Amino acid sequence: MKEIVIISGKGGTGKTSITASFAMLGGKDIVVADCDVDAADMHLLMQPDWERSEDFYSGVIAEIDQEKCIKCGKCADVCRFNAIPIIDEKYVVNTLNCEGCSYCFHVCPADAISMNEQNVGEWYISNTKADNVMVHARLGIGAENSGKLVAKVKNEAKRIADETDKQFIVVDGSPGIGCPVVSSLSGADFVVLVTEPTVSGLHDLKRVYELVKKFNIPAGCIINKADLNTKVAQQVEKFLKKEKITYIADLPYDETFTKAMTKGQTIVEYDDTNLKNIVVNSWEKIKEHTNKI
Amino acid sequence: MKIAIASGKGGTGKTTLSVNLASFLAESRKVVLCDLDVEEPNSGLFIKGKLIHREDKFKMIPEWEKDRCTLCGHCHKVCNFHAVIQLGDQIMVFPELCHSCYACSELCPVDALPMIPQKMGELKQFKKEELSFVESRLDIGQEQAVPLIAQTLEYLDKNFDDDFIKLYDAPPGTSCPVIEATKDADFVILITEPTPFGLHDLKLAVDTMRELKKDFGIIVNRHGIGNNDVLTYCQKENIPVLSKLLNDRRVAELYSRGNLIYQKIPEFKKQIENIADYILKLQKEGIR
Repeated sequence: MKEIVIISGKGGTGKTSITASFAMLGGKDIVVADCDVDAADMHLLMQPDWERSEDFYSGVIAEIDQEKCIKCGKCADVCRFNAIPIIDEKYVVNTLNCEGCSYCFHVCPADAISMNEQNVGEWYISNTKADNVMVHARLGIGAENSGKLVAKVKNEAKRIADETDKQFIVVDGSPGIGCPVVSSLSGADFVVLVTEPTVSGLHDLKRVYELVKKFNIPAGCIINKADLNTKVAQQVEKFLKKEKITYIADLPYDETFTKAMTKGQTIVEYDDTNLKNIVVNSWEKIKEHTNKI
Repeated sequence: MKIAIASGKGGTGKTTLSVNLASFLAESRKVVLCDLDVEEPNSGLFIKGKLIHREDKFKMIPEWEKDRCTLCGHCHKVCNFHAVIQLGDQIMVFPELCHSCYACSELCPVDALPMIPQKMGELKQFKKEELSFVESRLDIGQEQAVPLIAQTLEYLDKNFDDDFIKLYDAPPGTSCPVIEATKDADFVILITEPTPFGLHDLKLAVDTMRELKKDFGIIVNRHGIGNNDVLTYCQKENIPVLSKLLNDRRVAELYSRGNLIYQKIPEFKKQIENIADYILKLQKEGIR
């Protein structure tokens, strides 16, 4: 079983639309994982049945028992996150600021502080319209995206792929270069970078590839909206050559992708011409490369 | 006045709006634009000003002093982030997991884990004509954006007084970096696109802003693509729609080159002007 992770650095380059197309094409040979738990959108195209859902607990948060509190202020003194303000002469926890380090809990002389497990979201196992299983999640509002929920989604997908003897896991990653992306990348066999020929797209591609290099994972690249700026597209291609990143395909700037999305469809369902062919060929190329590893 | 420009979904136009609005406002007001998307900062690609200040930014992490350590094990027991572990007679620190809470360091009975600064990124301040621009970028391999965002906001507070209109280009999503980037804003602009993905992530962003008890309004970018569901949703939820920015390939092309759009497309300028008026009205009516 091999793991293919699709990331982009910059948001809005078409990562999820392309990943969902691969999920359709992979059909029952694959397990799908939506690791963009912070703004998960793939379910909008995959029609999951939400067969199983579970709460996800991660980390703790402080709570002060006002009956026991002797107002010594030690908790507020040691807190580095300004999470214990005084409101109406009471020490209270600002739950959005609390990082769950428990330092306050350790120094409270009155035993007034408890650390409670935090429900930070939900994760799901679904059957999709592509005849495969998708693991996905929803992070709670303002929860810390520490990468733990991402790891959970990936590990579940791996478990299912192992148990059902699937060829590939296809993972939709998140934007950026921080914890969730690091979590998405760990254990990947092949990374697909989806970029666009804009100064921002190129800038973000370079940064996220620095991170991919640290993991030593082979990568390929799809240039979306390639005809938007041929000069920057050439710069992207030059960068791919220099870094020995496999060029996979160019996709044109085309609002058909949006039209398909509006119908709740992937491009390979909606379109039966050029766009579909490019995506189908890309998927074949990615499978071929991943199998060689 | 502090205005944060955020979105649930990435790539909906936060940076486009931030740089155009900031540059336009700076023609007549004191404005500072701050790029808080420290993982992938892009505003600077559009505002090529003169560098007037740069500094490294550090986070504090514990460093093990073997000679003092009695291997009592207290440090790794108090660390909730698995950033300090004991392997045989060695204490190991994993800086990327550390939240700089100081618990291991200050609760160590023999001071064997002093906190030392570790570089996590850099902050730069630029000036382009009348516009001040501050950006921070996280070093590759650093996983936590929040401490750098917090320090960047401190820098802004220290260096720019309340006469300035402060515009924050926030990171995408709805989790901790977005909370950090928007929590001290007086008003938040959520920018979205009229598609199912845009609407889905907009709802998450709206829930987040309501949780934070923020005043906010919505801008629909690339108006005309997709469908009307975003506008219907805003109407139903009674959320003000500040503008519907035009969908035009010329906009995408100018963006792709790193150009400001309002200087080239008059219709777009008119829309930016209207958004600027909205903000100035908010300021006058006394959201600080």
